Amino acid sequence: MRSIAYALVVIGGLLAAVLGFSCGEAPPPPEGLGTIRLATTTSTENSGLLDKLLPPFEARFGAEVHVISVGTGRALALARNGDADVVLVHAPAAETAFVEAGHGAGRRAVMVNDFVLLGPAEDPAGAAKAESAADALAAVAKAGATFASRGDDSGTHKKERALWAEAGIQPAGAWYLEVGQGMGATLLLADEKRAYCLSDRGTYLAMRDKIHLAVRFEGTPVLRNPYSIIAVNPARHPDVNYAGAMALIGWVTSPEGQAIIGGFRVGGQVLFHPTAVPDAATGPAAKGTSPQAAPPLAAPDAP
Amino acid sequence: MSWTLDQFLQALRLLGSLDADVYRAVAVSLGVASASTVLAAAAGLPLGLTLGLARFRGKRLLTTVLHALMAVPTVLIGLVFYAVLSRQGLLGGWRLLYTRSAIVLGQCVLALPLVTALAHAATEGLDPRVRRTARTLGAGRWRTARTLLSEGRRSYLAAGVAAFGRVFGEVGISMMLGGNIRAYTRTVTTAIALETAKGEVALGLALGIVLMVVALGMNLVFLRLHGRGDRT
Repeated sequence: MRSIAYALVVIGGLLAAVLGFSCGEAPPPPEGLGTIRLATTTSTENSGLLDKLLPPFEARFGAEVHVISVGTGRALALARNGDADVVLVHAPAAETAFVEAGHGAGRRAVMVNDFVLLGPAEDPAGAAKAESAADALAAVAKAGATFASRGDDSGTHKKERALWAEAGIQPAGAWYLEVGQGMGATLLLADEKRAYCLSDRGTYLAMRDKIHLAVRFEGTPVLRNPYSIIAVNPARHPDVNYAGAMALIGWVTSPEGQAIIGGFRVGGQVLFHPTAVPDAATGPAAKGTSPQAAPPLAAPDAP
Repeated sequence: MSWTLDQFLQALRLLGSLDADVYRAVAVSLGVASASTVLAAAAGLPLGLTLGLARFRGKRLLTTVLHALMAVPTVLIGLVFYAVLSRQGLLGGWRLLYTRSAIVLGQCVLALPLVTALAHAATEGLDPRVRRTARTLGAGRWRTARTLLSEGRRSYLAAGVAAFGRVFGEVGISMMLGGNIRAYTRTVTTAIALETAKGEVALGLALGIVLMVVALGMNLVFLRLHGRGDRT
């Protein structure tokens, strides 16, 4: 009997400790903006950008940013359901639809990088010789070369489907692999399968030393990849942290936030080019750009 | 071969330089797994005890259903709770999605059938004379239950240990209901999933080693409880 009592005391103590710990759920700092739920894409978190961009914001505004990194499609779905306060995504058409349907408020352009078509060194489809991105994909399909698709309704997947549509091809067959995972996982799989793959340049640069794939096609305006930040409409979801969301939008589009984005490098390469503040783009970002990393910068496509 | 070996060696080297994020993930894993194990045991042990003692129509069917429930995948539990806990959902007002409590809830449901089934089996494995003797000596219902729990403590403890192992190593529920938020809902398993997705194989392996060491440590604690039980 005493042993049971002993066990009960231990378990009770454990329970008390755990309850204390669990009940400390999302404690809003006494002063400040509280907890802000940011739903974003895997590319921004996996690259490490948010680790540089968010801590100064949290320190200055007494906020805690909870980053939920998923594909753009799911990030927007979370926001639609009120399960996020603010989204940082890259799919202009879906963003426009999101805002027009009344789910979002205060969309701002943040930064841009570009998509690249990666492929094995031998380039069996001859994608490097293509005239346009759609032609490059058509060449892959024609050669029946393996292609790894995100297949997860992410921003990159949306762009890929738009390119297939432009090429007039409905991709299907044993050569077309729908991976259904994040960008990093898809790159690793494409590397193992010696497959072609559409990737954002940021993730590619962040993972370049782990894979053997190389850029096969790049540099046309259609491959431009703009990121926007959008607050969830507080009229739809009264309990979202709208003030926190707007403060975060203010921070990432401020000259300071933009300078952090433009100064962020992985392996000496610039990953994202700030577009919210015109001056920031010609600041630290422009100085360090290597020719390879410079995406075709068109006008920011803020609404 | 050399690449694989290299990753393992790198993982061992990384063990010496793990940062605060890793310890936080260990703390989160331990916290949610302990909470869900305790809650699942609190519900599952009485259920299993009752199921083992009671005689009623449909008992075999209930037992079969219980055993089938042990096969429910974590991703399904995660999905169901997502539908319930989302702001649009039934219990959206509780604001639990992407919190540690949400993980605890999901893991409880994962562990409950396991604890109940093992407690049921343990109860049926007890010598029926224990119960009869207790009753004969005038023990009431509660007293009898306590006697039975004490008599079968090894098996009941084993049920708890099995449940802890199950929830401590799961990733689906933690990922879907916790959201893998750094320093908040990032557990050791979701951290492994993240590092794997980033191609950081060595770091993922190092986290796996940490997970196994912590699991071993917890089981040593349980073993100690076990040993104390023997001496009385």
